[in-house]
Amino acid sequence: MIDLSRRKLIVSGLAATAGASGLVGAARLAQKYGLVPPDHGGIYGLGETLSYASQRLLTRHSLAREFPRSSISPRPFPNELDPLTEDFKRLQSGGFADWRLSIDGMVHQPGSFSIADLKSYPSRSHITELACEEGWSYIAEWIGVPLSHVLHLVGVHPQAKYVVYVSMEPNTWDSIDMADALHPQTFLCYGMNGSELPVAHGGPLRVRLPRQVGYKNIKFITRLTVADSLKGFGKGVGSAASEAGYAWYAGI
Amino acid sequence: MATLGSAQLPAEGSLSSAASSLPAAKLAPRHSGLVRVTHWITTLCFFALLLTGIEILISHPRFYWGETGTVLTKPLFQLPIPSSRKLVPTGYGYVLPDQNGWSRALHFEAAWIAVLTGLLYVISGLLTRHFQKDLLPSKTDFSWRVLWTSIAKPFRFEQPSAAEASSYNVLQRLTYLFVIFVLFPLVIWSGLAMSLAFASAFPWSVTLLGGRQSARTIHFFVSLALVLFLFVHVLMVCLAGFWSRTGAMITGRTGTRKEHI
Repeated sequence: MIDLSRRKLIVSGLAATAGASGLVGAARLAQKYGLVPPDHGGIYGLGETLSYASQRLLTRHSLAREFPRSSISPRPFPNELDPLTEDFKRLQSGGFADWRLSIDGMVHQPGSFSIADLKSYPSRSHITELACEEGWSYIAEWIGVPLSHVLHLVGVHPQAKYVVYVSMEPNTWDSIDMADALHPQTFLCYGMNGSELPVAHGGPLRVRLPRQVGYKNIKFITRLTVADSLKGFGKGVGSAASEAGYAWYAGI
Repeated sequence: MATLGSAQLPAEGSLSSAASSLPAAKLAPRHSGLVRVTHWITTLCFFALLLTGIEILISHPRFYWGETGTVLTKPLFQLPIPSSRKLVPTGYGYVLPDQNGWSRALHFEAAWIAVLTGLLYVISGLLTRHFQKDLLPSKTDFSWRVLWTSIAKPFRFEQPSAAEASSYNVLQRLTYLFVIFVLFPLVIWSGLAMSLAFASAFPWSVTLLGGRQSARTIHFFVSLALVLFLFVHVLMVCLAGFWSRTGAMITGRTGTRKEHI
């Protein structure tokens, strides 16, 4: 009527169709190349997907910043812990000699490892910052065995996409994609600042993932499961944290 | 698209004068369609970012300078507000509920939309010479008299003239340029610098700001500056006539032009 000519209608119709099919195509491509996080549903799914996809395209192999020994924080802050369970206290009184990390799922040789087993593998360390989503951060030296080393020992199936890790703390588990699982700075961490990893910081065993915020660095790890999908774990959104409303991908 | 607002100019009641108003209808709108759409998307995102930013801040209302900082280190300063975390010493006897999950999700989602919208605005502003035509001050603008008039005028509570209503004075131009090309880039940069993964790919983005905690402190102060801008911006809109100004940003029409018809 006013300026709405037939040509305009046709052109905008074509543009809308092209836009819509472009979006569908982009979504398919993103799914194919592993750029869609498990918590992509809901009103925040767009933001989560944009963040995860762009980080995967930009930062798949980048290394977290490492610091000189002189910048290690004199008093690393241990965040609040839930009361330790009876099971945990029993293992603690035995010096964690009976602590076991079991590995199952899509691996050739499922197995169970003691802390001593893990310590017998090549030990690595990095001086990196632990940053909490709340805003605070400190620098420490983290000592452990790269998760990739242990995954190679048990032999991961080629179709594996995620590693799920479970804590001894009730309802505490999380997962990472293979890019993070095989990243050289991702540790099964048993030491800190030249000593044993203190219980307050997750000892005897914690996942240390310096490119993601604190809550992904779960304490008291007892089990790893390698999987090609996160659908069968909990509500299928990848972690206990994302079931509670916190993003699965926490590199930001 | 750009003529959408002015094309509707001849209201039903003035159909008889529609012929005489045709030249007016051909006039460019006060704000182009793209400027109007990006303005309101940015507004929505800004409020989402502000609300969620405050929620996240409440979980640790302490600020530090340098790379690190926790409740065990001396802060640069601490806001006198309660916190949503038990271990933060605030002096208040209660702990607020944790809102960080959805706040972080919405903060980043709104940031994505705001940044993409901002990119669209800046690229089209360069292509259409919007910055040059509408925001870059001319040389004659840089005299004390012109500057002083632009400061004092709004407080005389006069309705702006037709010329003023269809363009910006030097102070407005400089403020908008500062917000668009200094404050927004800084708030985006300092925000990205707080992403551990982003910082792993671009470590200079943190080091140039003086460390992770410095980036967080800068992010806070630039956000404060943006909130200050918002207050002044809305105050000026109110002084110049809230409905005509806001209407111009919605429909593209200005009240003064209507009087011409």
